[in-house]
Amino acid sequence: MRLRRRHALPGFGLTLGLSLSYLALIVLIPLAALALKSATIGPMQFWHAVSGPRALAAYRVTFGCAALAGAINLVLGPLLAWVLVRYRFPGRKWIDALVDLPFALPTAVAGITLTALYASNGWLGRWIEAAGYKVAYTPAGITVALTFVSLPFLVRSVQPVLEQLEPDIEEAAATLGATRLTTLRRVILPTLWPAILTGFALAFARALGEYGSVIFIAGNVPMVSEIAPLLIVAKLDAFDYAGATAIAVVLLVASFAALFAINLVQLWTVRRRSAEAR
Amino acid sequence: MSIARRPSNALRDPAWLRATLLTIALLFVTLFLVLPLIAVFSYAIAKGFGVYVASLVDDDARAAIRLTLLVTAISVPANTVFGVAAAWLITRFTFRGKNLLVSLIDLPFAVSPVIAGLIYVLLFGAQGWLGPWLAAHDMKIIFAVPGIVLATTFVTFPFVARELIPLMQAQGSEQEQAALTLGAGGWSMFWRVVLPKIGWGLVYGVILCNARAIGEFGAVSVVSGHIRGVTNTMPLHVEILYNEYNRTAAFAVASLLALLALATLVLKQLVGWRMRRGVPESEVA
Repeated sequence: MRLRRRHALPGFGLTLGLSLSYLALIVLIPLAALALKSATIGPMQFWHAVSGPRALAAYRVTFGCAALAGAINLVLGPLLAWVLVRYRFPGRKWIDALVDLPFALPTAVAGITLTALYASNGWLGRWIEAAGYKVAYTPAGITVALTFVSLPFLVRSVQPVLEQLEPDIEEAAATLGATRLTTLRRVILPTLWPAILTGFALAFARALGEYGSVIFIAGNVPMVSEIAPLLIVAKLDAFDYAGATAIAVVLLVASFAALFAINLVQLWTVRRRSAEAR
Repeated sequence: MSIARRPSNALRDPAWLRATLLTIALLFVTLFLVLPLIAVFSYAIAKGFGVYVASLVDDDARAAIRLTLLVTAISVPANTVFGVAAAWLITRFTFRGKNLLVSLIDLPFAVSPVIAGLIYVLLFGAQGWLGPWLAAHDMKIIFAVPGIVLATTFVTFPFVARELIPLMQAQGSEQEQAALTLGAGGWSMFWRVVLPKIGWGLVYGVILCNARAIGEFGAVSVVSGHIRGVTNTMPLHVEILYNEYNRTAAFAVASLLALLALATLVLKQLVGWRMRRGVPESEVA
């Protein structure tokens, strides 16, 4: 690196050819099929498909529940990361490993299990219904499933930042007379914000497209508890390919926007760091 | 790590705060992670061990297990070869459009599984762009095994490359340069220098890729057509059993998938530990 002397490593042509053709075959050409299909629909039909009352209700449920699940993880994820990094207690390593369970557990398994737990005769559902509430087969159930699948994102994006945190600043704050809570709020939390926002955006993007864990617990009543990915499947089942494609484009644009926001956050963090360094 | 072990009073939260945060965290973990895990296994054996085993050796269940293994055996190696090639390309050469390529590799993570299935239906389905041609040549991709393989490959596409790119970037290419200077050929350098060097990182990526490939539901569900014994993977079989109110059998098959998830977590932990020990500090930094 220092000398920048180019020793020609072999394999450029081979790996370039292989990577590009495989990428084109598996990802780009199929995605282009979606773009082409949406281009052939025609603006009026497209608008009708994406703005019908059933579609609007599906967006409301999807975006609302995904945001709520993200918000729950926004509070509890960093809290869990803090406990895992800073406290020592028996079973800590097990819990740390278990945080990745939602990544490893197939979504259909998560779906039927959460449904069984929260149904009216389930371990949790029976207490919840005795208290007069209902979770399974309502948007609350969708939120529970989305909280489960997006749980690791916040923990795993905050955890490494906490591990790298220099103790000096906290010690300085304490020396200057700040209480522990003030230090948490005024010193630690500000350095965590970029990681928290990144985790939230990842969690939100994942929750928008989630299907397997949700459809069992959702109830799937159109206009009430039908998520947008399920609406795509419903339209496909009815051979309405144009309608399915139109809803898919809306969902894709939304997840790309969420991921684009992450890049902005990271750019902003780098800028702020370099400004501080100066 | 060393920070937390050093007993500094300034860094210790007051006892009431520790107790509160720990309680909330443990409650959250119990409610969302531990309880579901216990539930899968306890529902699976709710009607006794005999029913449990019978649900697993049932013809349709065995066909589903076979199909899942077949699909995984194609998708995972394909994505592994691609991952190694792409990581070599990206970390060892400079060329125009590299950043774009890196973003495109991550693209499948941003696509809903249902949409991953949809794009193949639009391409290969009866009304898709290539549908008439496939029908004329008596080939079937959608509602058949090839479609399931394609959809699974799409959703697991980034895993291996994503694990390898940062690792190989950090490792640098000095050893490869040395091997070439000493007269090694391209392939012998790959097998003897590159592969041992990236070994644990590669294993880590393959484990994650494998778990997702076996468990994929949404994408596969769209392209499968749910033909029992023919195009039913394990997750789809779980769905069918559950919707038929055959809950114990559904949880029996689900418990196999949950065991696999647990094995993945354990392996991941072990390999992560090996990776941190295997790479000297200076190279990680």
